[in-house]
Amino acid sequence: MGKRVGMEVSIAAAEVVGLCDVDVIAAYPITPQTHIVEHLSELVAEGHLDAEFVPVESEHSAMSTCVGAAAAGARTFTSTSSQGYALMAEICYIASSLRLPIVMAVANRALSAPINIWNDHSDMMMARDTGWIQTVAENGQEVVDLLLHAYRVAEDPRVLLPVMVNLDGFTLTHMIEPIWLPDKEEVERYLPPYKPQLRLDPRNPMTFGPVGMPEVYTEAKKAQDEAMNGALPVIVEAWKEFEKHFGRAYQPVETYKTDGAEILLLTVGSVSETAMTAVDKMRSEGKQVGLVRLRLWRPFPAKELVDVLKQAKAVAVVDRAMAFSTRSGPLCVEVKAALYDHGVSPYVQNFIAGLGGRDVTVEDFEKMAAKTSEGLAKGLPMGYEIVNVRE
Amino acid sequence: MAKETGVVSWKELALGCTLTEPGTAAQLKTGDWRSKRPVTNYELCNKCGQCYIFCPDMVYSRTAEGYYEANYYYCKGCGICARECPKDAIQMVEEEN
Repeated sequence: MGKRVGMEVSIAAAEVVGLCDVDVIAAYPITPQTHIVEHLSELVAEGHLDAEFVPVESEHSAMSTCVGAAAAGARTFTSTSSQGYALMAEICYIASSLRLPIVMAVANRALSAPINIWNDHSDMMMARDTGWIQTVAENGQEVVDLLLHAYRVAEDPRVLLPVMVNLDGFTLTHMIEPIWLPDKEEVERYLPPYKPQLRLDPRNPMTFGPVGMPEVYTEAKKAQDEAMNGALPVIVEAWKEFEKHFGRAYQPVETYKTDGAEILLLTVGSVSETAMTAVDKMRSEGKQVGLVRLRLWRPFPAKELVDVLKQAKAVAVVDRAMAFSTRSGPLCVEVKAALYDHGVSPYVQNFIAGLGGRDVTVEDFEKMAAKTSEGLAKGLPMGYEIVNVRE
Repeated sequence: MAKETGVVSWKELALGCTLTEPGTAAQLKTGDWRSKRPVTNYELCNKCGQCYIFCPDMVYSRTAEGYYEANYYYCKGCGICARECPKDAIQMVEEEN
């Protein structure tokens, strides 16, 4: 049986990675990811975890090490944030293109400049087209659960893609929360040993990462796109299995009090819990407001999202990163495209909030819902605004 | 699978574009990149093997008589052999079509 512990979320993340029996961990410390890597280093140094811990000189090397180890058939883990992710990004494309099931926790943090160590989703959005599966946690328990789920999905022979588990920097990484940690036997029942389809082995030589001439590159990218699309049902299946094993349910798109809602807020990550409190308050005041939370960012669950959003008259999309000059946050761009593709056209208002660690409060969500409601009623043009920006 | 050109359907590509056998580059025709071909005048050739040594694409092979002949399946027409030949025995000749 697992146990309920009071634990910092970063430590719990490291513990569950240890329970997944990883072979190789390569990581470079960066705020606010540091505690995850430090604790894994301790687990290896103290003999609790039989793994290679490679203290690399940069994030670029961390991902390169994981690529090499995964190609040799190892179960790998790394973790980073913000600038570290940016430095690593070159190799992240290679990890997904080579179909290596690396798992990475990203402690989401703003990108420089100005330099800022606090939480937003700049790194998550920067990673959106790297070909990695991306899930998002809202609390510490979900970080543990999604990491376990990540290995099961990544290594599934029908998927074989790297998975990034996003957890908000500080607001999750540095919180001490009550968490159910599974025990080793429970993890082993859910997560079978990794059996690579292809691996580097001197006895059976192969070439990983050969040149792709113009005659083959397009086909390589098509195959990768199909792999990402094909991953979605496996991700859902692995969550259903997770529920059977551990009793906690996850879906690509999750809802909170959406029944009969005229206005839907759409959020990603830990601000969703604040948004739930705001929805409770607004519902108690008789306002028909509900909440939709995106659990799966890649592959983008467009149909699942539209199925939920189409019931509302208006949607308030909350972005936590900038997509300069598009007059929209990166999430809203994709939400609008998905709605258009499915022939659904609710009133959409976009709010960019919580940049670089600025708090997003219950009152902020109330204001967003009120503005969206007002825009809908008055027929104001759809648009975007940066919440609480000082003029 | 059209090994000569590498042109296949996306469904036929190995996982991650991995090459599952060693030495597959030997099947790839690079001779169609060429605009000029090296032609050896065996009257001048002294069998020194400099063309064989310098060729970056392993085009030259030694014949039973000890001369070196080019395999145009691979030759990209770079001209290094002609430049390095100490006897000026190799001429680069325009491809006709």
